[in-house]
Amino acid sequence: MTEAALHPSYPKSGLWSWLTTVDHKRIGILYGVTALILLCIGGTEAMLIRTQLIVPNNTFLSADTFNAMFTMHGVTMIFMFVMPMNAAFFNYMVPLQIGARDVAFPRLNALSYWVFLFGALLFHTSFLVGHLPEVGWFGYANLTTEKYSPGMGTDFWVIGLQLLGLASLIASINFITTIVNMRAPGMTAMRMPLYTWTALITNILLLLALPVITVALAQVLFDRHFGTKIYEPGEGGSVILWQHLFWVFGHPEVYILILPPMGIVSEILPTFSRKPLFGYSAMVYATAGIGFLAFTVWAHHMFTVGMGPWATAIFSASTMLIAIPTGVKIFNWIFTMVGGQVRLTTACLFSIGFIAMFTIGGLSGVMHASPPIDTQQQDSYFVVAHFHYVLVAGAAQGLLAGIYYWFPKFTGRMMSEKLGKIHFWLNIIGVNLTFFPMHFLGADGMPRRIYTYPSGMGFDFWNFWITMGAYITAVSGLIFLINVWTSLRNGEKASADPWDARTLEWAISSPPPEYNFAKLPTVTARDDFWHRKYELKNFQPEGPAHVELPNPTAWPLVVGIGLALLGYGFIFGYALSFIGVAITIIGAYGWSFAKFEG
Amino acid sequence: MSDASHAEHHYTSLGIDNRKLGMWLLIASECLLFGTLITTFMIFRHHSVSGPSPADVLDIPITSISTFDLLMSSFSIVLALYAIEQGNHKLFRRWILVTAIGGLIFLGFQTYEFTNFVHEGLGLSTNVFGSSFFMLTGTHGLHVAVGVIWLLSLYFASLRGKLREDAALKVDTMALYWHFVDVIWIVIFTVVYLFVYV
Repeated sequence: MTEAALHPSYPKSGLWSWLTTVDHKRIGILYGVTALILLCIGGTEAMLIRTQLIVPNNTFLSADTFNAMFTMHGVTMIFMFVMPMNAAFFNYMVPLQIGARDVAFPRLNALSYWVFLFGALLFHTSFLVGHLPEVGWFGYANLTTEKYSPGMGTDFWVIGLQLLGLASLIASINFITTIVNMRAPGMTAMRMPLYTWTALITNILLLLALPVITVALAQVLFDRHFGTKIYEPGEGGSVILWQHLFWVFGHPEVYILILPPMGIVSEILPTFSRKPLFGYSAMVYATAGIGFLAFTVWAHHMFTVGMGPWATAIFSASTMLIAIPTGVKIFNWIFTMVGGQVRLTTACLFSIGFIAMFTIGGLSGVMHASPPIDTQQQDSYFVVAHFHYVLVAGAAQGLLAGIYYWFPKFTGRMMSEKLGKIHFWLNIIGVNLTFFPMHFLGADGMPRRIYTYPSGMGFDFWNFWITMGAYITAVSGLIFLINVWTSLRNGEKASADPWDARTLEWAISSPPPEYNFAKLPTVTARDDFWHRKYELKNFQPEGPAHVELPNPTAWPLVVGIGLALLGYGFIFGYALSFIGVAITIIGAYGWSFAKFEG
Repeated sequence: MSDASHAEHHYTSLGIDNRKLGMWLLIASECLLFGTLITTFMIFRHHSVSGPSPADVLDIPITSISTFDLLMSSFSIVLALYAIEQGNHKLFRRWILVTAIGGLIFLGFQTYEFTNFVHEGLGLSTNVFGSSFFMLTGTHGLHVAVGVIWLLSLYFASLRGKLREDAALKVDTMALYWHFVDVIWIVIFTVVYLFVYV
């Protein structure tokens, strides 16, 4: 293959090349590495929480610090680990899977990363100044008002989430446009890899759910800084409004977290079973169905508020409906493996673990859909068990499966299967030892978010073992990081298609060239790469071609800095905000008039 | 650039340009943004524990004039788009300037309205009606202001001869935004002002 023509005029390595990159693969790596660092921070917070709860009447953390830790832990894991890790895979894989050179808006893509990074930095600035948010990730009104949350802590939460939300909103416009409009010729909707489908639905959810929380957070910000009365019940404001707005965003958010890992598993199982995905079209419709139902179930988080029998009954029924498309998915994954030549690689093990663990979390979810049962379980450890089964044992395991599966494509090297399997087994033991006994504690009446408990309540035994489980999970995480590090340095070199896989990203070298495809592929089948390998028997990378790539640019970084200063101004003085707005406007004009495409 | 490579360069699955599709998506998101603000306003407009109430301060005749002005600016941007599609930059600049002035007049009316309300004792922190009213109409005003800056940027780009490549598409995308800002104002005018009588 002749090397395609590229712009020679800019550096391809060094710090500046990363600060100015608009390459979706590099931005994906930036997202992924940042998310892993934040996973370590969020994981450390989890260990502190569990260490405080290991014995009754413990004084390892103060009550305030404990509140701050579960707030930081929840926000970090949701918005700064799972969401950006999903964004990392969207960035790297979606253009490759649909046969595109890049995303639709490469510069907006860079802006999305920088705004995300500055949002995470702003949120964690709370550690530096010693004012941590203590309101929980959900920040129920009116705990967040100036009266009950004086000081900067809650502002870090509000502004941090605004920036992180803006980053995801920019990314969602970018990815929907990319998937809808940048597919290679012949890549019809029903030929798209299932991962791309879940990316599309997830980004539609982001596009429509984020503006709601944007407004709700702006209302909290205005209440705190400009004296509005939205969440002041004594002034006619409404604390229930916050719950509605938060969960109108917050329930689609849980599908935003879980759908992409479902897509990852839907790529891995066919590859390692050497069979097409069972019931592809049913999987597509189930994904779209979950996406639609996601907006109809929010008030099941509010059964104990007292909404009246009609609202309660309707939200209960719509919640139970979600079990149907979810069940379709679980059976389709199982039937994908049935009769296949299953290879139990680490990626495949994590995918199987995902199905089993997600099913447990799903079952307790259906229990919560019943208002009388939910009323018993509200604010107990049973709920903590449920959402950690879907998010840690579910989403996080799916993401780990994705890392093991696509690592060769990212880096050109294989991960160690031996360390991978140790990681998997320690992880599955640790996670289950941590979260399964929480069902018992919850049923026994242990409340969530308490910083300690007296002895003799029947909580001592399981709390000790839960903490042991958390430590085992942490050890498994360390093994994972060691595996990533050593594989990067000494891992076996990966071929273009090390797993004998099915989709287009495996048709090009590992790691892919900067321009992805020398000539855009013409797609003729679902699982097009497999079709070419085994039926057409003629997959040749085509070329040469004249490839025009967008120029790197620092303007997205400038705009990102401007927006970050705008946010910091609400905490450290409005002068910063005005400087931030000025920088943003300068950045936007520089952006508009810079020569971008060769 | 040859025609063939030009075609590949601009190939899209739907045939619609990415930038225009992106604007449609932004508008979808904005619908939820304004939907949330409007919902908050509808919940709170009669929930204040002290005055003033909507009927005390809202001036429908004055706002009808600014509403008419904003709607006419949607008309003038269509004329601007038509001109740029014909390649007539001079005519384009005339209509884009008319549109920008229309937006500025609307902002002038809004500034007058806001100062007037403050004089009549309704501020952001007076009551929940004031809070939700100013947040809703203020967000809309911010959108108009961004639109005016965008319109003027297109005007000066054309004046300096920098509006060449994809000129009609750039104006078309801006026009989509501008129409959306107008349409959402019709909803706001209805539920905030006309519903005073409901």
